[in-house]
Amino acid sequence: MKSRGWFRHSVLALGLAFLYLPIVSMIVFSFNNSRLVTVWDAANSPTLKWYRLLLTNEQILGAAWMSIKIAAMTATGAVILGTLAGLALVRFGAFRGRAFLSGMTTAPLVMPEVITGLSLLLLFVALEQLTGWPQGRGMLTITIAHVTFAMAYVTVVVQSRLTGFDESLEEAALDLGARPAKVFLRITLPLILPAIVSGWLLAFTLSWDDVVISQFVAGPGSSTLPMVVFSKVRLGVSPDINALATIMVVIVATGVLLSTWWMRRQERRRAREVQMARRDDQ
Amino acid sequence: MADKPPESTSQRAIEPGREYVRIENVSKRFGDFVAVDNVSLTILKGEIFCLLGGSGCGKTTLLRMLAGFETPTSGRIYIDGQDMSDTPPYARPVNMMFQSYALFPHMTVAKNVAFGLEQERLSRPEIERRVTEMLEIVRLGELAQRKPHQLSGGQRQRVALARALVKRPKLLLLDEPLGALDKKLREHTQFELINLQERLGVTFIVVTHDQEEAMTLASRIGVMDRGEIVQVGTPTDIYEYPTSKFVADFIGSVNMFEGQLVEDEPDHVRIRCPELANTVYVDHGISSAPGATVWVAIRPEKIELSRQRPPATENVQQGVVKEIAYMGDLSVYLVKLDNDRIVRVTLPNVERHADDRISWDETVWLSWHPTSPVVLAQ
Amino acid sequence: MPGQLTPGRLGPLLSLLYRYGPPRWSHYVKTHWSGQRLVMAIPYLWLLLFFAVPFLIVLKISFSEVRLAMPPYAPLWQWAEEAHRLVVSFNFSNYLFLLTDALYVSTFLYSVKVAAIATLFCLLLGYPMAYAIARATPTLRNLYLMLIILPFWTSFLLRVYAWVGLLKADGVINNLLMGTGLLDAPLTLLYTDFAVYIGIVYSYLPFMILPLYANLEKHDPQLLEAAADLGAHPLTSFLRITWPLSRPGVIAGSLLVFIPAVGEFVIPSLLGRSDQLMIGRVLSDEFFANRDWPVASAVAIAMLLLLLVPIVLFQRFQSREIGGRQ
Repeated sequence: MKSRGWFRHSVLALGLAFLYLPIVSMIVFSFNNSRLVTVWDAANSPTLKWYRLLLTNEQILGAAWMSIKIAAMTATGAVILGTLAGLALVRFGAFRGRAFLSGMTTAPLVMPEVITGLSLLLLFVALEQLTGWPQGRGMLTITIAHVTFAMAYVTVVVQSRLTGFDESLEEAALDLGARPAKVFLRITLPLILPAIVSGWLLAFTLSWDDVVISQFVAGPGSSTLPMVVFSKVRLGVSPDINALATIMVVIVATGVLLSTWWMRRQERRRAREVQMARRDDQ
Repeated sequence: MADKPPESTSQRAIEPGREYVRIENVSKRFGDFVAVDNVSLTILKGEIFCLLGGSGCGKTTLLRMLAGFETPTSGRIYIDGQDMSDTPPYARPVNMMFQSYALFPHMTVAKNVAFGLEQERLSRPEIERRVTEMLEIVRLGELAQRKPHQLSGGQRQRVALARALVKRPKLLLLDEPLGALDKKLREHTQFELINLQERLGVTFIVVTHDQEEAMTLASRIGVMDRGEIVQVGTPTDIYEYPTSKFVADFIGSVNMFEGQLVEDEPDHVRIRCPELANTVYVDHGISSAPGATVWVAIRPEKIELSRQRPPATENVQQGVVKEIAYMGDLSVYLVKLDNDRIVRVTLPNVERHADDRISWDETVWLSWHPTSPVVLAQ
Repeated sequence: MPGQLTPGRLGPLLSLLYRYGPPRWSHYVKTHWSGQRLVMAIPYLWLLLFFAVPFLIVLKISFSEVRLAMPPYAPLWQWAEEAHRLVVSFNFSNYLFLLTDALYVSTFLYSVKVAAIATLFCLLLGYPMAYAIARATPTLRNLYLMLIILPFWTSFLLRVYAWVGLLKADGVINNLLMGTGLLDAPLTLLYTDFAVYIGIVYSYLPFMILPLYANLEKHDPQLLEAAADLGAHPLTSFLRITWPLSRPGVIAGSLLVFIPAVGEFVIPSLLGRSDQLMIGRVLSDEFFANRDWPVASAVAIAMLLLLLVPIVLFQRFQSREIGGRQ
């Protein structure tokens, strides 16, 4: 066993290097003075000029703000719908149409984005023809589209949390006189909250990141940040995008590191308390 | 089948309570599987009733129907005279202590105990008063602000009990209440549970697979097998006067011999068992036709071992000691008869050190009192 | 009014419903009815409207004829006023076009090939990584998992774009290789199949590793000890024990990579060849550049049919995975 360990460990190291090489290179070149993204201008670097350029770019800032709004609405909508779907799938046993619901919640996980985008656009066009709603396309249609594919991810997260959860907790609450709605609010919801929070963040990220579906269902004047970035990088490399990437990496990394640190601290404290409590029986 | 003696003396006195729970022809099917099969049962006010059975015998399903988590497929359940079959769990005057305790992990001990009272919309001071009082009763006053993961197994068990009892239910359902505790703690907790029950006058229905637990806790036991109640009675009844081979075998250990009834008088019977050299004499009559096939069940502790042949011509049997297992408080002897049949005998280790104990490969005589065998027809 | 349903008239109707309704109807209504129905109905209706119905519309439009109008397709059915009948004009020409046009056939084949090869690379890289993580100490395991997931939280688009800078003729990799004297002339890396493989493997690697890890982590290490004890060489143990047990993880991971990769749009647009497009790009071009909605819809339906088997496989797996834990 030991002798074979080197293989998987070197592949792991290689794989991690592969994952981080592009990110590191973007961060490094975001401080490069040269317009040629890949040639390091040692004389004038590091410089913050791309950051300055980026933060004065009205188009990018506007698109970023739009993306944040859409992502926040998407995440909230997806969490509500995904939690309800997860509850229905895990807690309601076999009901008619369960297989269909479960199919509709897992298919978007793998559905190619072009298909989802096209089908939703055609729906919006047909709906507008029939009912006059939604009027044109823009933030609303993008949000609806994003909610539809992001809720699938939330459903999976909530579903797996619910399945690993002692159902007798809910029964105990019923037994103590709480009605089903109350049981959900006081017991189920607080206990699946971690899953709901990570589902929210996941949905936010998915929406924040999406370019293909947005391109289909966006209207004139409703360009999200990824759409702006995509049209920019299609024309060639531009160094201010490196700066944008760096800012995003820093924000995400800080968030992830902080939450990991906090969770580990909680876990350690909990383990200590559990161990101490065990002694009380002796 | 065996006639009962007029009174069992070893048992705690049962108040002649009135009927409190009535289960009428209740069945529960899950698809093709019959979990509970036409059970009828009456439980008296203020008693501790144990449902005892192996896993999958339907005892937990029956308990869950009493709590309202399952609806009977057919039959009715009455609690305190009211039909509860269609009442949801949150509207029943019944509380349950779960096997896993089901303590809410995100609430403190005090919050857990207060939860049920909050649902009754009592005033804050009233809730606080009752929670404090209840926590005092289960000796958890100082731990009120702890979370469940900061408690030991025994403390969790007491929180679960307090949470169920604080609502002052008339009926408490306990699902394997001691199952998660280790052996030492279990014995201590058993007696605490009985004390508490007597003090508060609550009716307990306990589900357990552990016969020792059932024996110590229960005023009456209902033995379940494959969805049916096979016998109901006091622990002594169940142990000393089982009515079926299943119960005799399930509770404790027993030596069972098949035989023919050769004599059936009002005051005694004689049974010839092919596996035994002499007839079995039992000092009470049974109502069965001579020649019928019956089973004789004799508990291992009711058999005596001696090197000399006892004077009697009946209820004696010769054999060779094949195995001795020293268990501390008692020793188990496995005695082999001529026909290779093994008989189990237990003897208490009264003396600390005895040189003349019967040992391996000795030829011995087994004998028993005419009151000891139980005669079973099924 | 005589014909109207008043609450009084509803009574007998309700009691009929009650009598012939499901058994224990009253209990059901009292305890579960309102809330449970609502909880189920909301996501159900949403998905029905925004996921299922759109596919029917795509299907319908794929049988229409293109025309110069808004929307740019002819209606499938029309009420012919003078003839008093419904005129339904099913039009298979879009599909016929897909099947006979060499461009579409080769695009489909090319997309499947690229996705399959990229999935294989993903598996070859991801399996040992997942295995190493599953066998690491708990502290390291969490660190590794965090490192695998972290890039996923940052923009996918930007990370794909980063490869442009790395793979360009005057990009980081070529500069590095030429700087060390290994190469005299730059390699053509960008706008090749190779670049697309890199992009897909890079973007989808976490989707391969996570299900594999979830599977491998559950394996009892004593199984391998038992195999070794029975005289199996580590390689034999791997082939006879670990690999067969990890097959569900391999299948899930591969489907999670393969299915979206077939329809991938961003990666081939930024890194891929311009002389050979992938199917996602063709669909988008038909729709936006040619404004041929019926053909774009037919492409989508064809893609769905192609992916139907893998998608159903994936759903089977997913429900078993979640059901198995229940």
